[in-house]
Amino acid sequence: MRKKEMIAMLLAGGQGSRLGVLTRKVAKPAVAYGGKFRIIDFPLSNCINSGVDTVGVLTQYQPLRLNQHIGIGIPWDLDKKNGGVTILAPHVKGGDAGEWFMGTANAIYQNIDYIDSNNPEYILILSGDHIYKMDYSRMLSYHKEKGAAATIAVLEVPFEEAGRFGIMNTKDDDRIYEFEEKPDNPKSNLASMGIYIFTWSRLREALVEDREIHPDSDFGMHIIPKMLDEGQTMYAYRFQGYWKDVGTIESYWESNMELIKALPAFNLYEDFWKIYTNSDHQPPTYTSPEAVVKESLVTDGSEIYGEVYHSILGSQVVVGKGAVVRDSIIMGNTVIGENSVLERCIVDEDCVVGNGVHMGMGENVPNETKPNIYNTGITVIGCHTRVPDGITVGKNCVIYGNTQEEDYAEGRLDSGKSVVREGK
Amino acid sequence: MKAIGIILAGGNNEGRLGVLTDHRAAAALPIGSSYRAIDFTLSNMSNSGIGKVAVLTQYNSRSLKDHLTSSKWWDFGRKQGGLFVFTPYISSTDSNWFRGTADSIYQNMTYLMRSNEEYVVITSGDSIYKMDYHKLVQSHKEKGADITIAYQEMERKDLNNFGILETNEEGRLVSFEEKPEYPKTKKASLGTYVISRILLVDLLNEFVPQGKYDLVKDILLAKREELKIFGYEFNGYWNTISTGIGAYYKVNMDFLKKEIRDAFMNEYPYIETKAKDEPPAKYNKDADVRDAIVGSGTIFNGRVEHSVIFRKVYTGEGSVVKNSIIMEGCRIGKNCVVENAILDKEVILSDGQQVIGKSTQDLAILKKGTRL
Repeated sequence: MRKKEMIAMLLAGGQGSRLGVLTRKVAKPAVAYGGKFRIIDFPLSNCINSGVDTVGVLTQYQPLRLNQHIGIGIPWDLDKKNGGVTILAPHVKGGDAGEWFMGTANAIYQNIDYIDSNNPEYILILSGDHIYKMDYSRMLSYHKEKGAAATIAVLEVPFEEAGRFGIMNTKDDDRIYEFEEKPDNPKSNLASMGIYIFTWSRLREALVEDREIHPDSDFGMHIIPKMLDEGQTMYAYRFQGYWKDVGTIESYWESNMELIKALPAFNLYEDFWKIYTNSDHQPPTYTSPEAVVKESLVTDGSEIYGEVYHSILGSQVVVGKGAVVRDSIIMGNTVIGENSVLERCIVDEDCVVGNGVHMGMGENVPNETKPNIYNTGITVIGCHTRVPDGITVGKNCVIYGNTQEEDYAEGRLDSGKSVVREGK
Repeated sequence: MKAIGIILAGGNNEGRLGVLTDHRAAAALPIGSSYRAIDFTLSNMSNSGIGKVAVLTQYNSRSLKDHLTSSKWWDFGRKQGGLFVFTPYISSTDSNWFRGTADSIYQNMTYLMRSNEEYVVITSGDSIYKMDYHKLVQSHKEKGADITIAYQEMERKDLNNFGILETNEEGRLVSFEEKPEYPKTKKASLGTYVISRILLVDLLNEFVPQGKYDLVKDILLAKREELKIFGYEFNGYWNTISTGIGAYYKVNMDFLKKEIRDAFMNEYPYIETKAKDEPPAKYNKDADVRDAIVGSGTIFNGRVEHSVIFRKVYTGEGSVVKNSIIMEGCRIGKNCVVENAILDKEVILSDGQQVIGKSTQDLAILKKGTRL
C-alpha cells in the first residue's frame, strides 16, 4: 500500500465574499495576486518546496478557474504518478443524495477515503486564502519533536489587533490549553494562521466522532476545542515572516502594493523558495517609446503605450496611448483604452475599459449597496466587464458585465454607485 | 496528417556567431527576451499536430539539453511520441561525430525505422518563423512530390548565404544552388523540407555509406532530376540567426515591432518555451524604459532605450542601456553606459562601467559571465 509521511489538504472552496465582485465568478484562492500569480499558488508552492508532494484541493464555490489553473499540477511539479495533486469536489454518495461541504472539518471528513488511500502518518490542513512562504517540513519536525496530536501555526500579532483573530492561549512551552475565537479581552497574542498539522489517526477519530454532533463541523469551532477538552497534546508553532490574509478589498490592494516597494517585506525575486504558477505562455512585456512606467510591476506579454505609476499589471494587459494608470491593480488580459485615467482601481481579468474613461475620481462615498465591502475609495471592476468610451466613474463604485452607454446617466457613475449587468 | 519531425540543431554555424556560440549551439541562443531559438521550431511542430520530434545536436549541447529536459512545455505526446534528443554516441562499429546533416539522421536511423508516420518534416533549429507544417505537407501531397522545399522570395543583400531555388510554372524545382555567388532568383530555401519517411530511409541508406553526408548538397542535388522536388512558398516572417552576429541582432530587434510581436506572441497558436515562473518585471521610481521588450524577473532602476532585455536582469540607478541586447541574469551597476552592445548571460558590470560599440553594425560583445 502507498505510504506517505504527510499529505496536505487545501481548503479552497470558500467564496471570500468580502472581496466583493472579485469573487463573483471565482473562488477566493483563484483570485489573481501580484500580477502573475493566483492566491493558491502560495500554499501549493509551499507544499512542493517543503517536500509535500501529495495535495488534495477541496473545491466547492465556483471551481472552474481553479480547476483550469491547477490542471494536473504541472507548474508545481505535482503531476506525479505516486501522489500529486487531486481536486476533491463535493459529490453524490451511494444511497442517499450527496451533500455539500458544510464546514472546514466536515470537508475533510467527507474525504477520509482519499486520505486513507494515501495512508499518511500526518496531515497538513491549509487554506487557500493567505500570502506567505513557509517550510511545512520544519513545522512537521516540531510536531514530531513535541509528540503532539495537533500543531497549529501561529503569528504574534499586536495585542490591540488580537481580537480580530482566533487566539491560542498557551503555557510557557507553547503548549495550547485554550482556543478563543475573536476574544474581547485576549489573553495572548498568538493568532492562528489556519495552518494545522494533525497526527492523522487522532484527527480521524475526532472527525468521525464530531460528525454525529456537528454536521457543519469546523476546525476552529469544534475540532480544536474538542481535542483540547480531551486533553490531547497540542502545540503552537511560532511562524516568523510575512503572512497576509488578503480577505478584504483594502487588504488585497495593500498587500499587492507592498510588492512595489524597492525592498518589499515579501520578496518574490529570490530563487530560493520560488513561487510557481500556471501561465499560458510567457512572452516579454513591451514599453513603447512614449511609455512611462514607474514604481510598478508589469507581467509577461503586457504592452504599455501610456503611463503607469505605482500599479500592478497582470499578463497581456494593454495600456493605450495617453492613458494614465495610477495606484491601481489591472489583472490579466485587460485593455485600458487610449486617454483613459484610472486612480485607485482594481480591474479584474478580461475587461475592456474604453477610450477616454475617467475612473476613481471624486468624493470618497461608501458604496450604497455594500458599504462594508467598498468603503476605502477603491473602485472595482469585475471580470469580463466592458466600460464604454468616455464614461466618468467615481470612488467605491462597482461595475460588472457588458455595460452600455445607457447604463450611465449623463455618462457618469457617481461615487458609491454600482452598475451590474447580468447575462453573458 | 501523420508526420514526425526532425530539428537539426547541430552546429555552432562555423563560428559565425563568435563568442555567443562558444558555449552553446546556435539553436540554444536566447531570442526575444523570453525564448531560445529552437522554441520557434519546437512550437511549430507541436502547433502543427506533430507529436513526435527528434532534435539532433552535437555541438556544445549542454545548454540545449538543459532547455529540453521536459517535453511538457511544448506539449509533445508522451506515450505516443514525445521529444527525443539525439547526440552522437560511440558504438562498436562507429564512433563518428555527426559528419553532416544526412549523417546525423542516418546515425539515428532507428528513430525513422520505429515510426509509422508517413512523412518527415525536417527543419533547422536556428530559424525564427511560425509555420503551419500541416499546410506544407498538404501541398506536398497535392503535388505528388517526393520532396518539398519551403522557400521565400527575399529582398536581401546576403542571398549568397542561402540555397537558391529555381522552379518552373508548376512549382517543380529546376535548379538549386547552395550559396551561389550570383543568385539566379530571389527564392531562398528556408531549410525546411517534407519527405516521405520510406524515401528518406532509402536515400540515407544509399548515400551515407558512400561518404555523402550532407542532405542538401550530396543527396537532394544529386537526385534532383530523378525525384519530383517541389517548392512551397512561405510568406510569413522568416529569419535566421545562423548567418552571423548582425542577423542575430536584427532578429532580436525585430521584436520591437508590433506586427512581429503580434504574429509570434499575441496570435494563437503561441510560441512556447520552458516555463521559468519569474515574477513580473519591476520598474522602480527612477526607471525610464522606452521602446524595449523585457523578460520577467527583471528589475529596472535606470534608463533603457530601444533594447531587448531578457529575464532577471538588474539595472542600477543612473545607468543607460541603448540599442543593446542584455541576456538573462546580467547585472548592470549604477551609472553604467551600455550602448550598441550584446551582453551574454550573467555579465556583471560594476558601477560606472562603459560598454559601447561603435554602431549597431559594429557591436561590443561581452561573453557569458564577464565581470567588469
